Amino acid sequence: MPDFGFKLQKDRQIDFDANDRSATRAIIETEPTFRLCIACGTCTACCSAGNFTDFSLRRMITGLKRGNYEGVRAMADQCMLCGKCQMLCPRGVSTRKLVLAIRKHIR
Amino acid sequence: MKKEGKEQLWKDYQKEIADDRYFYVRSCVRQNFFPGSETAFLKILQEELGKDVYEHPCHTTCTGIGYHADVVPFDTAMTVVARQFAIMTESGYHNLVPSCITSFGLYTEILETWKHFPEVEARVREYLYKATKRDFRVPENLAHASDVIYKFRSEIAAKGKFRLVHHETGRPLKVVEHIGCHYAKMFPDKGVGGAEYPYVLTGMIEEWGGEVVDYPERRHCCGFGFRQYLVQANRGYSMSCSHKKFESMEPYAPDLILTNCPGCPMFLDRWQYAISEMEGKTYGGDGQGIPVFTYEELAGLVLGYNPWDLGLQMHQVACEPVLDKMGIPYDAAAKYLDKHGHSLGQPLQPQKLKV
Ligand code: SF4
Ligand code: SF4
Ligand code: SF4
Ligand code: SF4
Repeated sequence: MPDFGFKLQKDRQIDFDANDRSATRAIIETEPTFRLCIACGTCTACCSAGNFTDFSLRRMITGLKRGNYEGVRAMADQCMLCGKCQMLCPRGVSTRKLVLAIRKHIR
Repeated sequence: MKKEGKEQLWKDYQKEIADDRYFYVRSCVRQNFFPGSETAFLKILQEELGKDVYEHPCHTTCTGIGYHADVVPFDTAMTVVARQFAIMTESGYHNLVPSCITSFGLYTEILETWKHFPEVEARVREYLYKATKRDFRVPENLAHASDVIYKFRSEIAAKGKFRLVHHETGRPLKVVEHIGCHYAKMFPDKGVGGAEYPYVLTGMIEEWGGEVVDYPERRHCCGFGFRQYLVQANRGYSMSCSHKKFESMEPYAPDLILTNCPGCPMFLDRWQYAISEMEGKTYGGDGQGIPVFTYEELAGLVLGYNPWDLGLQMHQVACEPVLDKMGIPYDAAAKYLDKHGHSLGQPLQPQKLKV
């Protein structure tokens, strides 16, 4: 290949058609309240585990909705299952059960 | 949106295009990229349609590339453009037809600026007078050369020898059209069909028998974008834009791409080569690319002009698959011969892209 001095940039478009979201569907089946999340971020704001690390339940949820599972499992493992977020979630998402469902369906 | 609804909307986005007595200004880069296009335009208008088109030997670049690349200040660009208006006025013409989309965008921008800020126009008049002792009238009608071909698309179809259909099966060729950002994204009401439903190329395609491909990234920029291209290290941004379009149009298997901007045919054509070298990927059938044409080249093909006189040997992606589909005869051995029959030299072969 000739040396062009430049290269293609990786596309950062979220392609819902191309992404495989089967694990997300399985998680919704296990924990249907996942659907209620409005991505307000209250869970992340109150999370003790996320206070000192970059762990974020909302970021995990965003990745799941996009079918982008990179790093999701490692994050799910950081949750202490304390349940603080569940008390504050304005939408009644069963966040602890959601974390367990993520651990079950994402390797 | 339903197709009928779209058609109704298109009707609301018409612009006025003068029908004769054009003052034609060339594009500096198009003459290098697609050397047969402007000659074809003049031939079609003057010889086929009997129109009065005048080209003044003293007209210059419009400086649009320098302006959009931030190396030419707006006042300078306006003064250069005012000089074009002055030689148009001196030659007795009122209808300006630029060959270049970026020129068209720049002329439009300048005329709009003067409409809202008459003091800027007065200042530019003074600059021009001080520099050249010339004065000018603003054009009564400003139409891009593609607008003019669009206006006469049915006359061209009537005189045409070939249509955008497969000559054996009668299948309409699938055509991707790309109007270029500077045609209608800056001043939508100055383009046929506006920015959302640009009809200038679509009109030609439909009239000449083809079928327009409506693919998701149809309105995405080709990626020229001046500053992205002018600095070598930035060219990946430019190529990534074209790449996004190719990926998006690929599932529709288009037979060809039709463009009306200097940058668009250049980049949609040449980047297919660069992408094939970098990624090993080609977008046409059988290891070939999707052929890219300017509207003048396509009009010339419809009218039965010799493909090599139209400059199609200058394309990176081989044009032959489209010629074969349309049933246009050509002399393969003459592809790289000049008009006196002397060899122009053979281009190097890409490693992946079949040409
Ligand atoms: S608090 Fe509840 S609704 Fe808000 S982001 Fe967290 S899970 Fe979603
Ligand atoms: S349950 Fe998990 S996510 Fe929720 S606050 Fe506790 S540690 Fe954070
Ligand atoms: S816009 Fe650019 S390419 Fe076109 S004529 Fe002007 S300077 Fe030349
Ligand atoms: S060449 Fe590309 S960047 Fe320039 S106007 Fe055309 S589409 Fe836009």
